[in-house]
Amino acid sequence: MEATDVKELEQAKTPSAIKVLLKELYRDKLALVSLIFLVLVAAFVYGLSIFLDQDQIVTVDLFAINEPPGEDFILGTDYGGRDVFGQLIIGTRNSLTIGILVTLLSGVFGIAYGLISGYYGGHVDNVMMRILDFMNILPFLFIIISFVVIVPDYNTITFSLIMSAFMWMGIARLIRSKALQERELDYAQASKTLGTSNFNIIFKQVMPNIVSLIIVTMTLNLAANIGLESGLSFLGFGLPESTPSLGTLISYATNPQTLEHRWWIWVPPAVLILILMLAVRNVGEALKRAADARQRRG
Amino acid sequence: MWKFIVRRLLITIPQIIILSIIVFILAQMMPGDALSGLIDPSIDPAAVEQQRERLGLNNPWYIQYVDWVGGILQGDFGQSFRFKMPVTELIGQRMVNTVLLSVVTLIFTYLIALPLGLISGRFNDTLLDQAITGYTYIGFATPLFIFSLFMLWIFGYNLGWFPTSGSVAPGTEPGTIAYWLSKVYHALLPGISIALIQVVSTVQYLRSEIIDTKQKDFIITARAKGAGEQRVYNKHIFRNSLLPIAAFFGWEITTLITGTVFVEKIFSYPGMGLLFLESITQRDFSVANSLVLLFGTAQIMGALLSDIILSIVDPRIRIK
Repeated sequence: MEATDVKELEQAKTPSAIKVLLKELYRDKLALVSLIFLVLVAAFVYGLSIFLDQDQIVTVDLFAINEPPGEDFILGTDYGGRDVFGQLIIGTRNSLTIGILVTLLSGVFGIAYGLISGYYGGHVDNVMMRILDFMNILPFLFIIISFVVIVPDYNTITFSLIMSAFMWMGIARLIRSKALQERELDYAQASKTLGTSNFNIIFKQVMPNIVSLIIVTMTLNLAANIGLESGLSFLGFGLPESTPSLGTLISYATNPQTLEHRWWIWVPPAVLILILMLAVRNVGEALKRAADARQRRG
Repeated sequence: MWKFIVRRLLITIPQIIILSIIVFILAQMMPGDALSGLIDPSIDPAAVEQQRERLGLNNPWYIQYVDWVGGILQGDFGQSFRFKMPVTELIGQRMVNTVLLSVVTLIFTYLIALPLGLISGRFNDTLLDQAITGYTYIGFATPLFIFSLFMLWIFGYNLGWFPTSGSVAPGTEPGTIAYWLSKVYHALLPGISIALIQVVSTVQYLRSEIIDTKQKDFIITARAKGAGEQRVYNKHIFRNSLLPIAAFFGWEITTLITGTVFVEKIFSYPGMGLLFLESITQRDFSVANSLVLLFGTAQIMGALLSDIILSIVDPRIRIK
């Protein structure tokens, strides 16, 4: 008797946020294809880069400068005689890694900031939002570039930290407005009355309730961060040439000769970034629809 | 309304002060100071020290900050160490180009965005609308620098329709009509490149605005009175949907500033964005910092402008 009750209850329960998201992904074939593509690309570049030696690939070889695609080099070589295909693989890996790292770093900070600001409301919210407003009006591209130049011990980690420091505002604002609504709901009020600590309410009760919003925003942020990282590397203020990113490869096209006559150096990474960003966005948009019951397809 | 505008104006003062403090801190963290660009390394260190004392470089930071702000208020941004000329003069030369590029971009942005948004909203869910929505979807995911490179490659190099670098054809006499035509011609391809990417958010916004307005009561009333389809769209829907678009104008400045940096680099277009990149790579920090300050101020002013336009257009905002 009791067992069936539990079973019925289980069935009546609304499906978990993660389940809904996955279901929508499955319904939207374009998003599903994009997701599979992304997983394959990631597996390919991370898998292959184990066998590729980054130092060897970025070593200058003066006897093989600017060679067009051929037998020795699938995608030819750049102005330093470096294999473009190898750089493409490593560049994709580095771009993905930085993109994910920045998304996580800025995400964790932004989510915590938004949750705290929204949950406490009142003066706390007021002060925290004013700080956020000030961050928002900064010309962030220029400030990131300035920091990149003056940071003494510059490497992948510091670069990610600098980028994250200016990329958390969007998600924080979004989470804050959601947390403001959640704190008025019965479950949060009840927990408060029962004496649950604020920390527990914020991170163990409110946060799980807005997890779909978090996943959606982080996915869309990933696309934006990959774009910004490759943009900065393109300008020469991202990853150094010894750790090539997709943007580094494209930046060789600022040489008119390369742009006009050596398409094999810059077209593949440019097209790859485009496809990667579209794929991430397809997944993100499908998740966004899933998170909003009114727009769901299935 | 005046109360709102005055309040909104007052907020910009602390914003600009904080921006200036951040730029000042950045400047302090950068190696070198106002003197390092001017002196000959062989000069006696004691004399250098004397100069430092005279220029106030040994003062505590808050006095230096006040001096620095005082200088800027009088239009003195310091000396460029690379060009050995006042920063104000240097930026002034480049500003003409960037302003021209921005104007060209804005003209094309609205030339493209308005018709696309109107068609897409009016004939929503038709094939045409789907094509436009597809364009905005892809445009949203496309990084500007990649798109501009392809534009330069196709229209600059392969088809040869546009110049591939610079802001004016060499040898043209400044001030003549040919000179200005050449300037506009050089700004066309970079401007169109930014515009084609920048329009997507405006098109999407205009589309959903029009679809929303279409179902409102006053439109039904207009139709019931017998207004023709053309009149309903041009007089009733378009005017209502256009107002928020006008308010976007100020915020476009932010995307425009970021956009010009990439595009000026790609098209070797000598504007302020390229100047910033050059100065920071060659450690000409007084120029770079002044530009950060200028861009930041422009961004704050843009947001201010948008909020004021919105408050005039939409009375609900004033009450908040």
